[in-house]
Amino acid sequence: MSDSKMKDVTYRSPDERLAEKKSKYTPKYIFLNGVLFENPALRLVLGTCPLLAVTISAKSSFFMGMAVLFVLTASEAIISLLRNVIPNKERIPAFITIIATFVTIVQMIISAYFPALNESLGIYIPLIVVNCILLARAETFASKQKVLPSILDGFSMGVGFTLALLLMGSIREILGCGTFFDVKLPLFGTVVEPMMFFMLPPGGFFVFGICICLVQLLMKKQEKHASSGSTSPCGTSSSSDCLSCAGCNLCKGKEE
Amino acid sequence: MKLQVSNSPHVRDKATTQSIMLDVIIALLPATFAGWYFFGIRAVLVTLLSVVSCIGFEYLSRRIMKRNNTISDLSAVVTGLLLAMNLPVSIPLYMVVIGACFAIVVVKQMFGGIGNNFVNPAIAARIFLVIAFPKAMTSWTIRAGEWFSLRSVDAVSSATPLTLVHDGNAPSMWDLFIGNKAGCIGEVCILALLIGALYLLIRHVIRPWIPVAYIGTFLILVFFFGHVNVFNFPGGDFTVLTTWTDLFYECCYMLLSGGLVLGAFFMATDYVTSPLTVKGKLLFGFGCGVLTFLIRYYGNMSEGVSFSIILMNILTPHIDDWTMGKPFGEVKENAKA
Repeated sequence: MSDSKMKDVTYRSPDERLAEKKSKYTPKYIFLNGVLFENPALRLVLGTCPLLAVTISAKSSFFMGMAVLFVLTASEAIISLLRNVIPNKERIPAFITIIATFVTIVQMIISAYFPALNESLGIYIPLIVVNCILLARAETFASKQKVLPSILDGFSMGVGFTLALLLMGSIREILGCGTFFDVKLPLFGTVVEPMMFFMLPPGGFFVFGICICLVQLLMKKQEKHASSGSTSPCGTSSSSDCLSCAGCNLCKGKEE
Repeated sequence: MKLQVSNSPHVRDKATTQSIMLDVIIALLPATFAGWYFFGIRAVLVTLLSVVSCIGFEYLSRRIMKRNNTISDLSAVVTGLLLAMNLPVSIPLYMVVIGACFAIVVVKQMFGGIGNNFVNPAIAARIFLVIAFPKAMTSWTIRAGEWFSLRSVDAVSSATPLTLVHDGNAPSMWDLFIGNKAGCIGEVCILALLIGALYLLIRHVIRPWIPVAYIGTFLILVFFFGHVNVFNFPGGDFTVLTTWTDLFYECCYMLLSGGLVLGAFFMATDYVTSPLTVKGKLLFGFGCGVLTFLIRYYGNMSEGVSFSIILMNILTPHIDDWTMGKPFGEVKENAKA
């Protein structure tokens, strides 16, 4: 990879794009990248605001994840389709407009058919517009890749985010409330008292930290496993798209 | 292990981590025994469980993290003892284990073990338990075992001790001093705590700066700005409380109730989480006193002492930066380094 490519990530000439066609973006790689290697919540630490706010219950975290999944997939598809039309200098407003369109759709559907959910997710649905996950993927992936990989990327990033939310939501709901998806668990309330702590903001940060730590451990093990291979610390082989992952700059120096 | 050697003169001393911790344990014992005496067999159980689980978690977490084991330095025993002293006797036993786990694994070992914890593990665990189980942690019992309806002796924002006195409900001053009152296991007997503190002071394990600054600041604030204070004296808006005796009583009550003495002598003086210089220690104590006063009088939680110490623990590195002396004879450019 040349340095010019690392710097100019937003726009590609047709020739360059042709070269990228033969890149290593296999479907399996893209999927794993979204779910694990660059899990938006637990690896890139993006979208922390809704993450901490909605994970007080597994249900609300699941639906929040679903909403993000839908918006992410749809907006990446459209952005990828329009990547040759959108002028480079005006790309951010264009991305936001496209994302906002889908967020509006989601919000209207939720408020029309699931008023209770609308109540519990509240402001965090409209706030998906400014969620950095969406902008980051639009900027680093969808605006440079073809439609199908972009859809897959949006989907897998959404799945990764949903899984992270669900993990945190489950931990917090089980420990903090003694329920799971609003179903009361046997032991809690009688033998063990649920811990209020996990429903409060400090508990959110606590669980978030523990989850990040666990994923980090998992990645470290995986890394040791594949250290003889060509993969870099962030699981990508010096790809131009893992801008948000600072680890790339580290391994870049070592390659040269 | 990284050894740092500074310029001479060096002080040779026989003190080791183990010996200091042993001194702290000895100093804590009178208050522990007093707690056992006042709260009965269950207090013994809570204390032993807390100590044993702290040691167990220390051993296990060091083992799992593949570090050398440090249980022999007795710091886990001190943490366990302090934690138990900060718990009400009626607490369910599994909560004690959860608290010990939080203190040792999360607060101490995850940050690197002894010497690297950024706040006092016992206080952090107490605050964790209070937030996690607010009901169990604020149900105080007295000696007879009957449930005491007084919310917490630390909580005075709603019903003041003085109004309780006028209703004839509050314990007498002597009861407060000797420990015949509701509260945590280790904080009730002020006399025993003072004996332990005296032992630590005589053995030079702790210096008096933090406790003196802490308690002094707090009492001055109570004297001038408490519910009964010298400014609305005599008469004023206070229709019930208008005598010097009330003022004196409020000061004494504030001093003797809650965990103030335990916190000031045994927890605020923790080496790892308190400043190094005398100026820093005074500042630390002053901050603790102000925060305790504010939380006790204006906060809505009853954790004046715990929260103020933990907040000042977090500020400790900055206090150290601020108050560290300049090396004598140093060239000016290097003086601040």
